[in-house]
Amino acid sequence: MTHMRSTSSVLVDVELLVNGRRLPLALDPRVTLLDALREHLGLTGTKKGCDHGQCGACTVHLDGRRILSCLTLAASASGREITTIEGLADGDRLHPMQQAFIDHDGFQCGYCTSGQIMSAVALLDEPCGPGEADVRECMSGNICRCGAYPGIVAAVQAVRQGRG
Amino acid sequence: MIGAAIDRLDGRQKVTGRATYSAEWPIERLSYGVIVQSAIAKGTIAAMDVSAAEQAPGVLAVITAGNAPKLPQGGQAGVNPPAGRALTLLQDTRVRYNGEPIAVVIAESFEQATHAASLLRVNYHEEQPAVDIMQALPTAEPYTKKILGQFEPFSRRGDVDAGLRDAAVVVEATYTTPLETHNAMEPHSTIAVWERDQLTLYDATQYVYGVKRFVAKTLGLRDDQVRVVSKFTGGAFGSKGSAWSHVVLAAMAARHVGRPVKIVLSRRQMFGPVGGRPYTVQRLRVGARHDGTLTAIDQDVVSSTSTFEDWVESSTLQTRMLYAAPNVATAQRLVRLNLGTPTFNRGPGESSGTFGLESAIDELAWRLGVDPIELRLRNYASVDPETGLPWSSKSLRECYERGAERFEWSRRTPAPRSMRDGDHLIGLGMATATYPAKRMPASAAATLTADGAILVEAATHEFGTGTYTVMTQIAADALGVPIDRVRFELGDSNLPDNPISAGSMTVSSTGPAVHAAAVALRERIRQAGADPSDVESCRRIIAAAAGAPLSATAAAAPGAEKARYSMHAFGAVFAEVRVDPELGELRVARVVGAYAAGRILNPKTARSQMIGGIIYGLSMALFEHTAIDPRNGRYLNADLSEYLVPVNADVGDIDVLLLDETDEHVNPLGVKGLGEIGTTGVAAAVANAVYHASGVRVRDLPITIDQLLAGSDR
Ligand code: FES
Ligand code: FES
Repeated sequence: MTHMRSTSSVLVDVELLVNGRRLPLALDPRVTLLDALREHLGLTGTKKGCDHGQCGACTVHLDGRRILSCLTLAASASGREITTIEGLADGDRLHPMQQAFIDHDGFQCGYCTSGQIMSAVALLDEPCGPGEADVRECMSGNICRCGAYPGIVAAVQAVRQGRG
Repeated sequence: MIGAAIDRLDGRQKVTGRATYSAEWPIERLSYGVIVQSAIAKGTIAAMDVSAAEQAPGVLAVITAGNAPKLPQGGQAGVNPPAGRALTLLQDTRVRYNGEPIAVVIAESFEQATHAASLLRVNYHEEQPAVDIMQALPTAEPYTKKILGQFEPFSRRGDVDAGLRDAAVVVEATYTTPLETHNAMEPHSTIAVWERDQLTLYDATQYVYGVKRFVAKTLGLRDDQVRVVSKFTGGAFGSKGSAWSHVVLAAMAARHVGRPVKIVLSRRQMFGPVGGRPYTVQRLRVGARHDGTLTAIDQDVVSSTSTFEDWVESSTLQTRMLYAAPNVATAQRLVRLNLGTPTFNRGPGESSGTFGLESAIDELAWRLGVDPIELRLRNYASVDPETGLPWSSKSLRECYERGAERFEWSRRTPAPRSMRDGDHLIGLGMATATYPAKRMPASAAATLTADGAILVEAATHEFGTGTYTVMTQIAADALGVPIDRVRFELGDSNLPDNPISAGSMTVSSTGPAVHAAAVALRERIRQAGADPSDVESCRRIIAAAAGAPLSATAAAAPGAEKARYSMHAFGAVFAEVRVDPELGELRVARVVGAYAAGRILNPKTARSQMIGGIIYGLSMALFEHTAIDPRNGRYLNADLSEYLVPVNADVGDIDVLLLDETDEHVNPLGVKGLGEIGTTGVAAAVANAVYHASGVRVRDLPITIDQLLAGSDR
């Protein structure tokens, strides 16, 4: 029996622009953006729930729009603007959405929370209708197994209405 | 401070991504382990070719039954269910379920390990597995040991046959619940680090001391050689209450390669090797007189377990205590299947058991023409009917009343298919929720530090339950200091010993220990001449002691109350459903849950926990079902697009009422626990509402479109 020669680990140069910082990396081309953040950059705020684009835990912003970092190869994000949960607050001042999640208890275990908040912040600039049902729909790519959905909807609505 | 609806104290960490979950600890020289799983459900491994994997770039080792270190007693030294589970630790070549670990590949990177794991070539001697519960039902055997070492596996009061003969109406039906897989959002993860012969495990767990003791025994180490750290766990629901195979395998792998190893299960790997709720097949016979007085209840529950460990889903327990029926018999039987061993799943026993019992009671109400709440009130148990003991407290009547009022139960017209909104059929249903109030021994330490802050420590757990928050509230309250002077630390087996966080007993167990330690520290501060609430005086006494901190420890344990009282939380849950009669589409538009669970320490986190519990119950009612390939026992829908759980748009209005209830007996804090009860009763309330809406009685969860359409044809 012959063995197929396995993929050799050639590295590619990648420059990730994360939360305003320029981060050069030499990565295995198979590394996802999610694993680049978590395993190579120590930015573990972005979570892995499924690694298959099915749960939303890994949501980050790429050039201002929400994407699933587990379905994005790090190399393909090279040079583009990435925002993660760690980049949302302004120093000690939380982003209004982060504060609203605390105020409305929009989480329990916290594991889906980064993804929920990144989706919720992106939603503010999306054509999502005004009602609660609209928010539920627009937030349905982010699973919360703890069942914090009512608090999540309340948080999103509070921020949207606060912006008036 | 106790009873204040304060925000979660770990909220800031969680919304900024700075809460550290187990896979996220920065560890030097970390390597990555990936588990390879069996592709058959029963048999032995005939041959395994690991050479391609071993030669793949970055691979440090491939561990199989051929080269794994031999563990004491064949890896069984720690087995003592449910505290220590029977695991698969590469000690032999047997295969007992599809997806059982058969090798671990360790490499420099996750990508390299994942790729190399795909290169293993395995040949099996395959045998015919038993994986179909209905086919295996005739092999069910009575379970005869105590369930969880505590509850009798069967019960008998009065004479059920006589009671059924006396009945004017008897409902006899079989209800089934499927295999349900927890699917906490955080995958199970363990980092194992050896420093000489000391092992540290960063583990996603509900029980740091349990993991520590189990791993020590299994590997033949002393307890003091193992430390377990778990500061934040990303949801658990029972699945992380035990150390499963990957935890020990991570430790074995790290020793083998001489480097720290991280193993994070893939979502697919969470179907089978880390437990789930077993199948239940519940046969119920419930008899009553014309006036609704129950004459008998008989419940026979068959649940599934693996071929190598007995796990019993205790779905009969609520049947023994919920109604004042004179004649009640229950029995638990087990069927052994070639599937992974089941485990605690939110409201273990009661969540599945109330589906059977509370559906049957609803069927009875319909047959008798009695309102379902009225039927329950006519059989209200004013003492525990099984033991004769008084309740430590019980406010179920108030739950029915307040819940019905909030839900506007009175608008319900009794006949099925009698309520409509446009093209939709509307149905209103209800069920009883209940879960026992449990407690275990626990301990805690409280320390006044030089800056006047107070550190309180107990090796308990945070997985969304609000433990950091409520323990801080308890300690601050006992010390008479503001919340922000207290810091609570948990999740480390170097801290004072605490029980598993499961069975809704964290607050009832750890809470009294934290309270006692805080009171003891308060007294020590006073004896030293300071006032705990006066920071300056606190700083002075520490300075006077040359900076040595002032500490107190305390232990707290249940007393004789269990022999004197029957202790349970109760609730009533109401569901409004909309059914499209043409398409069979079902939506739960609204749920109201009214609960009495003793004192509520933090209404904000408590309300969230109840909402989460109800959504978990809706998930059981509408979605969850682990599909098994009948040919080879393969878990067919092992991911989050095929294994359905509710998303935001699936969840309608949820209204939670937490009733005031004072309980002087249950424990010093008067709390009964909230984690489980929210899930109980929900599936029955939905099924009962579906019947009211459509006239279709669904007795097999989850309630699906095909059942609604098939039922309406009849
Ligand atoms: S981890 Fe990316 S969607 Fe689940
Ligand atoms: S907060 Fe736990 S999964 Fe959403």
